[in-house]
Amino acid sequence: MSVRHAVAAGLIALAGLGVPGTLQAQATPDEITIRAAVLRIDTPAEVLPASRLDLPPADLGLAGGRLATEDNATTGRFLGQRFETREVTAAPEAAAQALAQLLDDGIRFVVTLADAEETGALADQAAGRALVFNARSGAEDLRNGGCRANLLHTAPSDGMRADALAQFLVWKRWDRWLLVAGSHPEDRALAEAYRHAATKFGAKIVSDLTFEDRGGARATDSGHAQVQAQMPVFLQKARDHDVVVTADRSGVFADWLIWNTWAPRPVAGSAGLMPVSWFPGHEGWGATQWQTRFEAEARRPAREEDYQVWLALRSLGEAASRTRSGDFAALSDYIRGPDFQLAGFKGQALSFRDWDGQLRQPILLTSGRVLTSVSPQEGFLHPVSVMDTLGTDRPETGCNLGG
Amino acid sequence: MRPLLLAALCCAATPALADRIFVSNEKGNSITVLDGETLERIADFPAGQRPRGITASPDGRTIYVCASDDNLVRVFDAETFEEKPSLPSGPDPELFVLHPSGNPLYIANEDDNIVTVVDVNTRKVLAEVPVGVEPEGMGVSPDGRIVVNTSETTNMAHLIDTETFQIVGNVLVDSRPRFAQYDNDGSHLYVTAEIGGTVSVIDTARQEIVHTIRFEVPGVLPEALQPVGLRVTPDNARVFVALGPANRVAVVDGATWEVLDYLLVGQRVWQLAFSPDHRFLYTTNGNSNDVSVIDVAAEKVVKSVQVGQQPWGVVAVP
Repeated sequence: MSVRHAVAAGLIALAGLGVPGTLQAQATPDEITIRAAVLRIDTPAEVLPASRLDLPPADLGLAGGRLATEDNATTGRFLGQRFETREVTAAPEAAAQALAQLLDDGIRFVVTLADAEETGALADQAAGRALVFNARSGAEDLRNGGCRANLLHTAPSDGMRADALAQFLVWKRWDRWLLVAGSHPEDRALAEAYRHAATKFGAKIVSDLTFEDRGGARATDSGHAQVQAQMPVFLQKARDHDVVVTADRSGVFADWLIWNTWAPRPVAGSAGLMPVSWFPGHEGWGATQWQTRFEAEARRPAREEDYQVWLALRSLGEAASRTRSGDFAALSDYIRGPDFQLAGFKGQALSFRDWDGQLRQPILLTSGRVLTSVSPQEGFLHPVSVMDTLGTDRPETGCNLGG
Repeated sequence: MRPLLLAALCCAATPALADRIFVSNEKGNSITVLDGETLERIADFPAGQRPRGITASPDGRTIYVCASDDNLVRVFDAETFEEKPSLPSGPDPELFVLHPSGNPLYIANEDDNIVTVVDVNTRKVLAEVPVGVEPEGMGVSPDGRIVVNTSETTNMAHLIDTETFQIVGNVLVDSRPRFAQYDNDGSHLYVTAEIGGTVSVIDTARQEIVHTIRFEVPGVLPEALQPVGLRVTPDNARVFVALGPANRVAVVDGATWEVLDYLLVGQRVWQLAFSPDHRFLYTTNGNSNDVSVIDVAAEKVVKSVQVGQQPWGVVAVP
């Protein structure tokens, strides 16, 4: 377990400037400190992605948290609020102990980067003591039957991603899909979300294949020769389709499919055109400023996890400045309440769904370099918020929190 | 056509040029100049990388442009369109405001959370004032004593004393404040919030929000109502608010703050500027590459004029 403190508050250094610039400390006698933690569970034997560009950086998610803490502190210095975020990484077997320590230290806002099962267990352990923000898992179960009263989600659900891509493909009239799913549990769950999305938006899955991950090295020298020979044959048996939709949460095969399909068809989903919460090429709605702030600090492009942790801690900062409070109940109630609005560089205000704790947000569609489109697509309507056409809507929710 | 126009000018009894309207084209990296009377396009000239904020000196002779991706303020002669030496701006300048006396220039630096104060004559940085996250909107009180900056992620209007460069007040407003404009007696300050979808009316003496203007257009999604640019008529009677992707400019009563009308303009309306005589209001429409002309008294759109690619800012000089 490694622990690092990131504290940002008070003065900003104006080093090296020979100008009469001024600082506004505005230290009030009743200064409030709002404490949070980012808890990342690192599984050692994790499946590695096909591309070295997708290998996880050491500060995955944590760097996004640091940016949010700084952003919160910059605002906080005008309001007498300090923000302190503890960073903890732990192996799965040490997760419970790590959380117990945070709770014992009085930290009541915890952002988790963990898989579905671990996220649920951590939320249960924190029940009654802390509000947990899930910034990693897209599992539908955590938003439905397995939802928790103290669990919010800044990571988009699998359903939101699948629906976002489905809306775009249906708008293109590419409605005959070849679905290729990985064999890991998270891949299967994501594939299920695509099957559901196809039904919801009127597309048809004409063939449904599974790519068995038989292990081995993630890539080998000159391994592309076999890939080029084997991938088209794997897809040869598929029925006539418009697009190949991949469900490969671990990133082990989808990238290999691009240009290695049997029929000349585009690839989407986990590679090709991808539904994402964030990517480093996003520049719309002022996002460039976020990207440059992040890159100046982290010295690398941002990942989805960084943005999702940022959303969680900024939700806390937003609630603190609106309520002018550091009180746990006041902050949690405000975050879940009807007045909460978070600006997340997506052109509209983001807020948490009261039926399952999911942050409603537009989903970006990109092949990784520039923004191709944003869902919800034009023409998809909803009586409350068009963003609720993505993921589980109120009438379908399996979450029963009695509220 | 142009030689004819010039010939006419050379022989006119009064040598004064007609009003000129300068439009910054964010995508086109250029400035389009329109004749204020005929609305003919009289020139296009390059303005650096990603020109956005644009303003003019009080005498109308100098045009200042935030060249966001060049990290400087470009300066042009308003008559000859010749470029003059640039001003330092700090990184990624988007909007700025000139002191009513014509100097200095106050620039919002989005990447550094500071407002840079630049002397336009000596081209020296006078001060850097730390503000909230992503400073954007800039306004100045009519007496020139207070400069206001809005920070988009902090969601505040920061009131800065122009003598001491100290922040003398912070007012929390709605989400993603983009533009700040005082009324003409300085008693009220209007701040638009793009994501919040509102305009906060701040009583400047009390430094408190006294009213929040909200917008509603039948058939337009509420999330598309995104206030950006705002202008107040000289008698404070009307406030015009650009509503971004709603493709409308709202007409608001300056006394009751009731929304009276919505004028349909081009697509993705960003900023607004009055003609020098305040009879017309020009809007930049980013997604339809044009400028809409509003007759201020009639409160009607009377014309639209094609300009460069993705117009963003606008200023008119006599």
